[in-house]
Amino acid sequence: MGFFDYLKNILKIFQFKKTIRLGLYGPVNAGKSSLANQISMDWIGEVMSEVSKVPHETREIKVKEEVKIKSGGKELNFNLIDTPGIATKIDFEDFLKYKMSKKEAKRRAKEATQGVIEAIKWLENVDCVLVVLDATQNPYDQVNVTIIGNLAARNIPVLIVANKIDLKKANIRRVESAFPQYNVIGVSALKGENMEGFYKELFRIVR
Amino acid sequence: MLRLQFIPYSEIANLSSENKISKVLRIVKNNRIILLEGKFSPEEEALLIERTMNSISRRFKGIEICSVGDQAKEDLINKLKRNLAKAILGINVSGMTIIGPASIVKEIKRDPDKIELLTKNIR
Repeated sequence: MGFFDYLKNILKIFQFKKTIRLGLYGPVNAGKSSLANQISMDWIGEVMSEVSKVPHETREIKVKEEVKIKSGGKELNFNLIDTPGIATKIDFEDFLKYKMSKKEAKRRAKEATQGVIEAIKWLENVDCVLVVLDATQNPYDQVNVTIIGNLAARNIPVLIVANKIDLKKANIRRVESAFPQYNVIGVSALKGENMEGFYKELFRIVR
Repeated sequence: MLRLQFIPYSEIANLSSENKISKVLRIVKNNRIILLEGKFSPEEEALLIERTMNSISRRFKGIEICSVGDQAKEDLINKLKRNLAKAILGINVSGMTIIGPASIVKEIKRDPDKIELLTKNIR
């Protein structure tokens, strides 16, 4: 090994390894926490967030630090940031359908409103964002437009994840045509479908 | 009975973002559906959501909002016109925004240029 190779290796050891703050944003019940769990399970073997069919299960920001992800012979360090779903309306009576007490439903609604505000404030603390959309739903929802518009205004790289492709009603083409200027990748976070393709796209946008 | 209120952009053009949002929320909380000329900026939309969340109460359940006038599909001439208007007037007058109280408006569907406003049965 020559002197310069030796010096290069020494420098490599002390090289600053940047951690990318990867936010998961999207409307309520799109599968953000399921995707965060799938990523977390794939690379550190741990579940990150609780998931549920009841809307607004994630009501506060959850962070999993130092998740090393490998794809295409490269390795990158991420802090995964799972955020509460963004909504424009919250009615505690909607939670009563899930056999909750009135008191519990009101508490959940109150926490959910604070969660939405917190998620919006955290836009300042992310380097890159996965906008997770339910591929069975209409992508032209104003919440989706608002999230993506705010990320574009901040020049934050975005990957749109069309989730729930395992369901018959899923329509990735519709998501693509709603946001033609963005990369869209279809996955099933719950079943772990197309995660390889997802990591490939993720590395492409954080490059 | 549905009550609609048209707001020309000139009515809010000189207001700060905070004041624009306050005005809109005041009208919506009065159970009116707003037809607003133009669109909010993404930051204003985020602020509207924040303020809406802070206002949620037993009586006010939030809002339904939808903007139309897809800038992504604009041709170059129209894009230049819009940017010029924005530079001179400081406003985005292209498109239209509908905002209604969630207690009255069940859903606003945009698909993509057509708008369907579904209301709740009000007793």
